[in-house]
Amino acid sequence: MKQVFTRPESLKDVSTHFCPGCHHGSVHRLVAEALDEFGIRSETIGVASVGCSVFLYGYFDVDVIEAPHGRAPAVATGAKRARPDRIVFTYQGDGDLAAIGMSEIIHAANRGEDITVIFVNNTTYGMTGGQMAPTTLPGQKTSTSPYGRDTSKDGSPFKMAELLSNLDGVAFSARVALNSPKNVLNAKKMIKTAFRYQVEKKGFSFIEALASCPTNWGMSPIDANQRVTDEMIPYFPLGVYKNTANL
Amino acid sequence: MRCDVFFAGYGGQGVLLAGNLLSYAAIHEGKNVSFFPAYGVEKRGGSAMCTIVFADGDTGSPVVGNPSVSVLLNQLSFDKYAAKVKQGGICIVNSSLVECQNISLPGVEVVLVPMNQIAIDLGDVRMVNMVACGAYIEKSGALQSASLEAALKKALPERNHRLIPANVKAMEAGAHAARG
Amino acid sequence: MQTGTPEKIFVKGNEAVAMAALEAGCHCYFGYPITPQSDIPEYLSRELPRLGGEFIQAESEIGAINMLLGASAAGVRAMTSSSGPGISLKQEGISYMAGSELPGVIVDVMRAGPGLGGIDASQADYFQATRGGGHGGYRIIVLAPASVQEMYDLTMLAFDLSDIYRMPAMVLADSVIGQMKESVTCGPRPQTVLPPKEWVVRGRAAGEPQNVVKSLYLGDGEMEAFHWKMQARYQELADRECRWEEVQTTDAELIVTAFGSTSRIAKTAVAMAREAGMKVGLMRPITLFPFPKKAYAALSERCKLFLDIELSTGQMIDDVRLSVARDADVAFYGRPPGAGSLPTPEELFEQIKKNYRASA
Repeated sequence: MKQVFTRPESLKDVSTHFCPGCHHGSVHRLVAEALDEFGIRSETIGVASVGCSVFLYGYFDVDVIEAPHGRAPAVATGAKRARPDRIVFTYQGDGDLAAIGMSEIIHAANRGEDITVIFVNNTTYGMTGGQMAPTTLPGQKTSTSPYGRDTSKDGSPFKMAELLSNLDGVAFSARVALNSPKNVLNAKKMIKTAFRYQVEKKGFSFIEALASCPTNWGMSPIDANQRVTDEMIPYFPLGVYKNTANL
Repeated sequence: MRCDVFFAGYGGQGVLLAGNLLSYAAIHEGKNVSFFPAYGVEKRGGSAMCTIVFADGDTGSPVVGNPSVSVLLNQLSFDKYAAKVKQGGICIVNSSLVECQNISLPGVEVVLVPMNQIAIDLGDVRMVNMVACGAYIEKSGALQSASLEAALKKALPERNHRLIPANVKAMEAGAHAARG
Repeated sequence: MQTGTPEKIFVKGNEAVAMAALEAGCHCYFGYPITPQSDIPEYLSRELPRLGGEFIQAESEIGAINMLLGASAAGVRAMTSSSGPGISLKQEGISYMAGSELPGVIVDVMRAGPGLGGIDASQADYFQATRGGGHGGYRIIVLAPASVQEMYDLTMLAFDLSDIYRMPAMVLADSVIGQMKESVTCGPRPQTVLPPKEWVVRGRAAGEPQNVVKSLYLGDGEMEAFHWKMQARYQELADRECRWEEVQTTDAELIVTAFGSTSRIAKTAVAMAREAGMKVGLMRPITLFPFPKKAYAALSERCKLFLDIELSTGQMIDDVRLSVARDADVAFYGRPPGAGSLPTPEELFEQIKKNYRASA
């Protein structure tokens, strides 16, 4: 029998701790496929962050550094400068990247560090139990915004793909989603482009992946996928915000 | 033999350069040297001071409470530090900028040198630190003036070596004035 | 200005640190400007790129320490430097490095605090340095230079010890030692045998094990085992790496003890006391962690009076008291850091006389 679907070599043969319906698994798989397809697994160093993505080293079959909360872009900078011949990527959630780590991400991007950042935006702090994140949508209820996010006192959600696209050091910045086959296929294309830019030493590449968190949103996986379409994509439009190849 | 000298003035008088030159001169003579600078937070116009200790053996403390020689280039430094000079020590004072009437430092040899005036007469007030160095070498006898000339070559960048003769002249004038 | 030449050169303490780093093969430097240590990044920004190394002026102290973490995890020698306010910010990263068993050199040119404090010399960050400084319960190697030559030598040693024992090493200086100039002999890097870095992240080739640099331990007993392992390593450090200097202690009836710049001032005060016929010696710890406890214990078997002198209200004195014999007394003289508070040899001599007389 012909095998038509297999586990990417860059992923370990283990089951994950991710909740049913969570998109982290999909993002992991797409990143692993990109590493496989470019044949760069043995040159790759991953940088894990703090949050649901902390167990990166448990799932990816690559060398990994675990960074302090929010500091992954600085850690990746150190690793890449020490070993410019390696492929270095960070994998960060929204609290990690856009709250406590805002300084590190902005400056790594602005320096044009030759790294790839995979940013998983699910509008909440997953690991700690669904608190308000810097990307929590206006009016969204979380365990620390029980009356809904009030933009008059909490500010509005950060649109990271757009924000970073304004920096000269950024070679590629795109926002993707994983809630439909079409979006997954497009996400794969974007993630591959991001890694290709690093292979070609074009500069900083950034992928913002809109992801669901059924557990902390209090929804079924199907309803959570629908929320990505109905609420997230209108606020965080999908697309390529910066591509130096098109400049 | 362990010698120490304290230099103080305001920023811009070349106090730290003078300290560096004396350090290089002492190194030229094979001594161990510690040069300890201190200055106000301001980069320009604040107070500047340094302590230089040189010895054949260990230099020990870079900080000196009662210097054996102090070279004080302005009124503020004089008011603050003149009284600290060790008994039997020497206090060399820039009489161009320090009020010299009624100076009373019992047990200390006070040497008045109109350093600004000498430097101006030689054509450049910025050489006031060289005049001071000359006065120090003359009164302390701790270093040879030839060593200071050698130090100038070491401390000044190549492009400024053309200024060395003028600086040596200022040193000699300082020494002459200190001899009295 | 070349490095590695046997000729003596006249440089600032901070410059000596930078020169030693280059000679030690430091490949990456990450830092943020702060007085009184900015000569270090200034020097390295000029010289490191010429030697094929990487210099980054980081966006923050936190950025700098985490870049150090990343570079060290990737297997190269790397360094950062700062002073009090910046070292406080770096504590998060230092804790993660300690938890991840990463080497790396951190230079702390202490200034007065707390808060913004001032730029004058201080020794009030002794606790922060020797007790680990960040969260979780760990120690780092702490070396205390007392001369520009030692700024050079101990920076070099910090790289070696850090690699051998797989933990961060700190050179704990202060603004006197950092800013003063002395002649130094820039010796070559010592031929120390270093363990291979089999743990570095390098890109896992087929057939090789996956390397993970991390500080998260969730399994039953894992975290506890880590702590006991590190405790054993600290003991190994204490057994093998304690360094100190004794001056005229053999017949001393009073032993002055101080580290860093204060020990230099104390040395002259001790010489003044000897000239006055008093039997006074000096004990100067060079490694503050590991603290040379046994050396103090041995001295206190014979000499029963110590005078601890610090540029603080008293921190190292805790370690001295824990090290000396039970029947030995430890007196204290301190000047909290700040403008105008640097003690003079004459002042310390007075303290020696006072304590010496009291014991007679």
